[in-house]
Amino acid sequence: MLGLSLFYIAAAVALAATVMAMSRTNAVHALIYLIVSLLAVAVVFFLLGAPFAAALEVVIYAGAIMVLFVFVIMMLNLGDRGEQQEKQLLQPKIWLGPVFLALLLLAELIYIMAATEVQLDVEIISAKQVGISLYGPYVLAVEIASMLLLAGLVGAYHLGRQHLRRDQEPTATPKQIEEPR
Amino acid sequence: MQGLNIPLNHVLLLASLLFSIGMLGLMIRRNIIFILMSLEVMLNAAALAFIAAGAHWGQADGQIMFMLILTVAAAEVAVGLGLVLQLQRRFKSLDMDKVNRMRG
Repeated sequence: MLGLSLFYIAAAVALAATVMAMSRTNAVHALIYLIVSLLAVAVVFFLLGAPFAAALEVVIYAGAIMVLFVFVIMMLNLGDRGEQQEKQLLQPKIWLGPVFLALLLLAELIYIMAATEVQLDVEIISAKQVGISLYGPYVLAVEIASMLLLAGLVGAYHLGRQHLRRDQEPTATPKQIEEPR
Repeated sequence: MQGLNIPLNHVLLLASLLFSIGMLGLMIRRNIIFILMSLEVMLNAAALAFIAAGAHWGQADGQIMFMLILTVAAAEVAVGLGLVLQLQRRFKSLDMDKVNRMRG
């Protein structure tokens, strides 16, 4: 069965790319692996009968959000120094404990989910159905999402400004005001 | 993909594996850029679980939850990357351990 094997291949690619992304020391390499992982998840969405979600995953996640990461990494201009720093921080004695505990939790989760045996009978949910539902019963959620995006915009603008610190500005430091007295 | 039969628990298994990898990345990394990437992976895994549930019930609600998660991820990344820029400007480092005193 072709579709099922496509699903397993996409799942394997997603897992491998995510593991690689989490274990790289160079931020740009990790980012490219992450993009591959997101594209593989988009294939899984498509196979699950959600073509609109798959398109959004490619356009917004792999397109917009990852490009934002690329821009910031380019602005920081880390180079080899950042890679050296990462190598120092990423040592087995640091990550062995968290890996063990997370694997324990994962084993519990798999044990719980193994009890259910449900076959998905995939049928395509089109963008039209999603739109009717989005602007019908979920219209309040759209409003809240727009307010969240506005708050994110204002926050990003405030944090990204150059002169946030008072003492770096040339005029009106407390010392200069006090001196004439 | 009409008429395809995918076991639901395999999709949920993929989602939980992706989520655990993201959580591991969150715990073992100290670089704030990698922490933000791990958060993306975790949000994406949650979205995959929602899509799987939507496909199981044959309703559009799963995809709507996916779009809301997408919105949250976009807003979070915008603010987070603003924080990254401030961090680099003030501390000349992206190491989270250097910022644990809440003092500029």
